[in-house]
Amino acid sequence: MAVHAVAAMRPVAMHTVARYAMPHEAQYAAASGSFSVMWLLLVLPLAGAAILLLGGRRTDRWGHLLGTGASAASFVVGLVLFFGLLGRSGDNRAVSQHLYSWIPVNGFQVDAGLLFDQLSAVFVLLITGVGTLIHIYSVGYMAHDLERRKFFAYMNLFLASMLLLVLGNNFLVLYAGWELVGLSSYLLIKFWEYKPAAATAANKAFYMNRVGDVGLALAIMLMFATVGSTNYDTVFGAAAAGVIGYGTLTAIALLLLLGACGKSGQFPLQAWLPDAMEGPTPISALIHAATMVTAGVYLIARANPVFTGSQAARTVVVVIGAGTILIGCVIGCAYDDIKKVLAYSTVSQIGYMFLAVGLGPAGYALGIMHLLAHGFFKAGLFLGSGSVIHAMNDEQDMRKYGGLWRLMPVTWVTFGLGYLAIIGFPGLSGFFTKDKIIEAAFDKGGTSGYLLGTAALLGAGITAFYMTRLFLMTFHGERRWSHDGPEAKHPHESPTVMTGPMGVLAVGSVFAGGLFVLGGSLQNWLAPVVGESVETGAHTMSPAVLTALTLVVAAGGFAGAYLRYQLRPVEAVARPDSDVGLVTVAARHDLYANTFNEAVFMRPGQYFTRFLVWLDTVGVDGVVRGTAAAVGGLSGRLRRTQTGFVRSYALSMLGGAVLVVGALYLVKAG
Amino acid sequence: MNPANYLILSGLLFSIGAVGVLLRRNAIVVFMCIELMLNAANLTLVTFSRINGTLDGQIIAFFVMVVAAAEVVVGLAIILAIFRTRRSASVDDVNLLKY
Repeated sequence: MAVHAVAAMRPVAMHTVARYAMPHEAQYAAASGSFSVMWLLLVLPLAGAAILLLGGRRTDRWGHLLGTGASAASFVVGLVLFFGLLGRSGDNRAVSQHLYSWIPVNGFQVDAGLLFDQLSAVFVLLITGVGTLIHIYSVGYMAHDLERRKFFAYMNLFLASMLLLVLGNNFLVLYAGWELVGLSSYLLIKFWEYKPAAATAANKAFYMNRVGDVGLALAIMLMFATVGSTNYDTVFGAAAAGVIGYGTLTAIALLLLLGACGKSGQFPLQAWLPDAMEGPTPISALIHAATMVTAGVYLIARANPVFTGSQAARTVVVVIGAGTILIGCVIGCAYDDIKKVLAYSTVSQIGYMFLAVGLGPAGYALGIMHLLAHGFFKAGLFLGSGSVIHAMNDEQDMRKYGGLWRLMPVTWVTFGLGYLAIIGFPGLSGFFTKDKIIEAAFDKGGTSGYLLGTAALLGAGITAFYMTRLFLMTFHGERRWSHDGPEAKHPHESPTVMTGPMGVLAVGSVFAGGLFVLGGSLQNWLAPVVGESVETGAHTMSPAVLTALTLVVAAGGFAGAYLRYQLRPVEAVARPDSDVGLVTVAARHDLYANTFNEAVFMRPGQYFTRFLVWLDTVGVDGVVRGTAAAVGGLSGRLRRTQTGFVRSYALSMLGGAVLVVGALYLVKAG
Repeated sequence: MNPANYLILSGLLFSIGAVGVLLRRNAIVVFMCIELMLNAANLTLVTFSRINGTLDGQIIAFFVMVVAAAEVVVGLAIILAIFRTRRSASVDDVNLLKY
């Protein structure tokens, strides 16, 4: 495998890389035994999508069952492979499967291959596990939708794409998955395309992702130009051996980061994610909370040798992460739409993950850890919000909720556990994973460590505030809806098919974090891929003090929300912009991110396009039309020679003959 | 007798034919002028055959006669057909094929 990759490189790069790369290079074991069915992971959901899309209406009756089955089967395969991986020794846990030669051009060899290692294994389990739960949930949630079969087809397509993204063994395969998840995300956001807002949101998501994708594509090209390969082992070997110059390495890292920001909804490309909530709620849970939007974190963790090698790029990552935490939190406080609040909460939580992976070797595993825990509790929260929205006749305004806990006890409990997990209630997932990130940020040391740590700490407090606000406005307080009148609501608990997955995710929200953290189990598991996390021993603050501090800050956020939204009645209609503070107004307008993008990128782009259109109409079209008019005019005059008189034709023949003879004579004589 | 005189004669005949084709309007006369040009060419061929002492030119002259005979058949048929439809043998009347 590695030998093959090195041999395929351009001659210039060959000797250098071959010399330096070998010692570090992870020699991926070839897939054998149960691992030879690795491709089934991808093919099962892909086949599901193909059958449901090609089968059309014929599959309507059992389509949702097939989709769920395909997802569950993929999960089972993932489990089998995971246990197979557990049975291998620590250094030998990266298994690669060569599928076929994708681009076999002389100096440019790209193989389509899969890589199942510790990092992809946890992602496969998260994607297929949470994915299957959300499939089951969707059976109930989409029960009354006429297009339910198509919904499941797209969900299966998404699963296959996401698995391709995390399973690829080189950047080009990753890129294919990357684009395919973009496509499935687009298809699912605009699933209710008759709603103009949904169609617009899908386009917006697609465009903004495109900006990031360009970065990823350029990064891959740069890698190929520098190292001559896009395989993980070759690129990372070269990066770790210092073959790639610092400038180039930083450029690659920053371009990768641009891609990651686009997919993960990080500053400055965060504006699409909240709009994407126009899609059905299960999609928000699966794609725009638990899996796809974390692809950026995966990308950085996967490309960790590149980021480890570039201090400058990592600084940018942590700044973006810390900034996005605060942006997401602040905006999350201002919205009344339950899904928008959760979306901005996702943005800020992914900010934590970016902050963690930006800290370098100390943080890669922490980022993944928070990602997995977040996958559970945020998916649970979204499913819970879906349950509420379902019960309230598609009403999403929290100001029109209130007092639902008695009517929807299961949703209340499961949502409550997810809520406690995200605000970092002691013993639940978020408590372990978020704490670790805040601690690592402070331990970075120096002024930057204090700044980042403070941002993360502040974020934890604001998270507690807006999540408590959401929870209280939805489930507690007085009822701001009525059983009769034009907007009559009849809230009821959701069917078991929906509450079941919510229950499982709630259990995950409670225990996942502890499971990952205690004994450093996940860190040890990921160490061969992302490197050992270096324990410097020199803590800026003792972990116990920091934990206490975090709890105090979070409790402060909780108390603030409790005073504001539980002890005082909530207005059923939001106050107008003129009646609230400047920060609230800014937050209600997404901190003017859309306005900024519109003014700085969209308008100039529009003007540029108009200029090009004008240039095309006047310049290019002018030349074409001018030529046509000239030829037409000329032939209009030339055709006058066609008099219809035989004599004139004969005369021209004679003239021609004389000319030819004269020419011949001249040539002969000359 | 100097063979060049034959060439001069044939040149004269060809010129008369060409001028006739260009100036006359009666289709039959134009047609006869074409025949005159063909025969002027024949005369040249035979003359050169004589000068060079080979038979090639004479053979080609026979071919020209055969082709000319065939051409007369087709040409006269066309002129007749035109005359029947348009009641005229003037080449200037047949001028539909123009811009």
